[in-house]
Amino acid sequence: MSNLSVDKPRKAVALISGGLDSMLAARVVMEQGVHVEGLNFYTGFCVEGHTHAIRKKDRTRPRRNNALWVAEQLGIKLHIIDVSAQYKDVVINPKYGYGTNLNPCLDCKGFMVGRARHWMEQHGFDFIITGEVIGQRPKSQRRETMPIVARDSGAGERLLRPLCARLLPPTLPEREGWVNRERLLAISGRSRKEQMHLAENFGFHDYAQPAGGCCFLTDESYSAKLSDLWQARQSRDYELDDILLLKVGRHLRPRPHFKLIIAREEGENNFLEGYRHQFTHLRPVSHAGPLTLLDGTADEDDIGLAARLTARFSQGRHAERVQVAVAEHGLSSRMVDVAPLPSDEIPQEWYI
Amino acid sequence: MSENTLDVRGLLCPLPVIRTQDRVKDLHPGTRLEILCTDPGAVIDIPVWCRLNGHKVLETLEQAPLIKIWIEVGEEAHG
Repeated sequence: MSNLSVDKPRKAVALISGGLDSMLAARVVMEQGVHVEGLNFYTGFCVEGHTHAIRKKDRTRPRRNNALWVAEQLGIKLHIIDVSAQYKDVVINPKYGYGTNLNPCLDCKGFMVGRARHWMEQHGFDFIITGEVIGQRPKSQRRETMPIVARDSGAGERLLRPLCARLLPPTLPEREGWVNRERLLAISGRSRKEQMHLAENFGFHDYAQPAGGCCFLTDESYSAKLSDLWQARQSRDYELDDILLLKVGRHLRPRPHFKLIIAREEGENNFLEGYRHQFTHLRPVSHAGPLTLLDGTADEDDIGLAARLTARFSQGRHAERVQVAVAEHGLSSRMVDVAPLPSDEIPQEWYI
Repeated sequence: MSENTLDVRGLLCPLPVIRTQDRVKDLHPGTRLEILCTDPGAVIDIPVWCRLNGHKVLETLEQAPLIKIWIEVGEEAHG
């Protein structure tokens, strides 16, 4: 390894998502003798972790945190920062709007690079590395958006994109000789061939390849649930628990003033258990079945409907009657005896 | 609960790691910290985080659903 700079060793902070591109970008710069540490931001919308931990069916996947795993492969420190509170404004008021779903990708990138800039300044680092590739993502990774991210984040010329740097004007680390521009790359487009070839060269054989990215906001179904939440509350706001609950269970809104979150399996039942004291909740007792949280307000008719729906998703779905325990918010539980709602009486539009 | 116990039960990955990281920043090298958690991913993630940051995992005890992990803060706690 060689560092062109003859004075103090330079330090770079790399945004590590847990995917291949950011891993390669960090490695390309490390190859040049630069000291690299990783930053990973927790927004609350990360696909990483939560769902795998919640759902039993997902437990066949590695339970590892991919960003930590990447850092270990690279042999660098990783700092994971909880930005979930500050990130709200990015989701609720994106300056550049949303992508196909509620994904504010360009604002998100500017936000994260901006946070990395603060971290860089606080910790005496010299520049920032991202795994961006021109043309990789239709919203945030285009030639026209690259200067926007650099400008809005305040990182300016201290933002280096090693995977596509040679297609962009030289940045400060290149001009100052902290890195050799000739040893950076010129990757563009959506093909992953060059990255996979590079990974092979570096000996990276096992890496995460998340379909559709690592953020729930790119997911159509998740975005529909978030839209529904905002519409029902007549406010574009959320708490961390709200967005975690959107990842779990079937969500049905039979009436405008309440929705049900119905566990789909044991792992989700266990997860929803932790929330039952915050909600009116229902659980079949005569048959095995899901825990259901009721989010909103409900009168006696609504409770009856919620119980029939809960029974529908229990093992008593074909039984004549199912006993369901209902614990209204703050009250002790009582039993209701209901006929499970037949599936053909559940309008498709109730499913969020 | 001891001041050297961190209760992150109910939190899911990566929050147990983040809370551990934040607590460790305030502790002196050599201090032992007991972490109580329930996310099975913590058994993998916390040791990786410790290895990356120079801390030592002393013991892990799994009593489903509770997981207890004891770590010792390394020299670079404030890094």
